[in-house]
Amino acid sequence: MIDSLERRPLVAEVLGERGDALVVAGLGSPTWDLFAAGDRPENLYTWGGMGLALPTALGLALAVPERRVLCITGDGEIMMGIGSLAVVANQAPENLAILVLDNESFGETGQQRGLTAGPTDIAAIAAGAGISATMTVRAGNQVADLAQFLFAAVGPRLAVAKIALTEEPWALPEKDGATIARRFREAIMGAPRTTDR
Amino acid sequence: MTKLGPSAEIDWSNDVFREMKAREISLVATVPDGGLTRLLNMCEDDHATRVVTLTTEPEGVGVCIGAWLGGKKSLLAMQSSGVGNCINALGMPATMRAPCLMLVAMRGQWGEFNPWQVPMGGATRPALEAIGVRCFDVDAPNRIGETFAAAADLAFHGGFATAVLIGQRAIGAKGFGRDD
Ligand SMILES: Cc1ncc(C[n+]2csc(CCOP(=O)(O)OP(=O)(O)O)c2C)c(N)n1
Repeated sequence: MIDSLERRPLVAEVLGERGDALVVAGLGSPTWDLFAAGDRPENLYTWGGMGLALPTALGLALAVPERRVLCITGDGEIMMGIGSLAVVANQAPENLAILVLDNESFGETGQQRGLTAGPTDIAAIAAGAGISATMTVRAGNQVADLAQFLFAAVGPRLAVAKIALTEEPWALPEKDGATIARRFREAIMGAPRTTDR
Repeated sequence: MTKLGPSAEIDWSNDVFREMKAREISLVATVPDGGLTRLLNMCEDDHATRVVTLTTEPEGVGVCIGAWLGGKKSLLAMQSSGVGNCINALGMPATMRAPCLMLVAMRGQWGEFNPWQVPMGGATRPALEAIGVRCFDVDAPNRIGETFAAAADLAFHGGFATAVLIGQRAIGAKGFGRDD
């Protein structure tokens, strides 16, 4: 059963503790949530590539081990690439944290029932994949602990937030992938050199 | 112990590894293929190269893009059947104009004994081209190194997805008669 945890205030409260963390959001609602919480160059928005938010965050975390990387994604999105949890566990990046916004539905496409509405438990899958630090959040008074969990301890770690199935107002960020990528990359690396080599 | 293949594989693997080092390609994401054994072993044995073993090849597209966003160069190495798994994922480098360098060991073409490899072997290049990947076929073992270098430079200087398709003819008789 899902109680009244709402995605937008939850994401905003968690990101209030982000410091200089880099955030990769899964397609659809998590990307809108990230943008609604405040546009920043350290945000990587995605509008496609379903199942690739976590692998992308992993590659990033391995490339910049000195920066905290947070992947915020949906239950449907992460289930499409669920094997990535095993890849993450094996690479064991200490700077990577994952927040799954679990509304037990494919919210974006018409609120169809998702697999986590049944017996499937993403935190348990993560533990089985070898990510030993997991947490499941169901109530508003756990959100401060959630932020601590995601930003203040050694990764890799995964939290599932069981959220209400809601329809939020549109909050659509930049859509052009090259623009999003260039801005994000420059926020990490500074202005481009004449050659990438 | 590193298991050595025929001398041609030793030579082209050394060539590719050298070109990787020359470009500071320091991460290899892979679901292995028999033809890539020597190269992958060299990567495993090298402290400066991180091997990211995947569950499925499209993860490698994400890993390579993420690494590039953080300023690191990487390679996705796989069998031609893995290309079929990657098609929607390859929309991501196309949209982001991100480099995505792939090394593909072809199956299902030159003297293939396993009919299950043949459909995807035939679809590999058309599928990659349909999603905008620049493909470089190479059949001669002594040209694999330079072809890899050309594909790498196009990827990292131009922001393209590129793929080197190592022909089964170059990978040689190694796989014949084996059920992999
Ligand atoms: C490969 C692929 N299949 C299907 C879709 C359509 N699609 C877009 S968002 C989405 C649902 C995502 O669900 P979830 O991650 O749980 O996010 P929610 O909207 O519920 O928060 C789907 C199925 C897609 N974009 N790509």
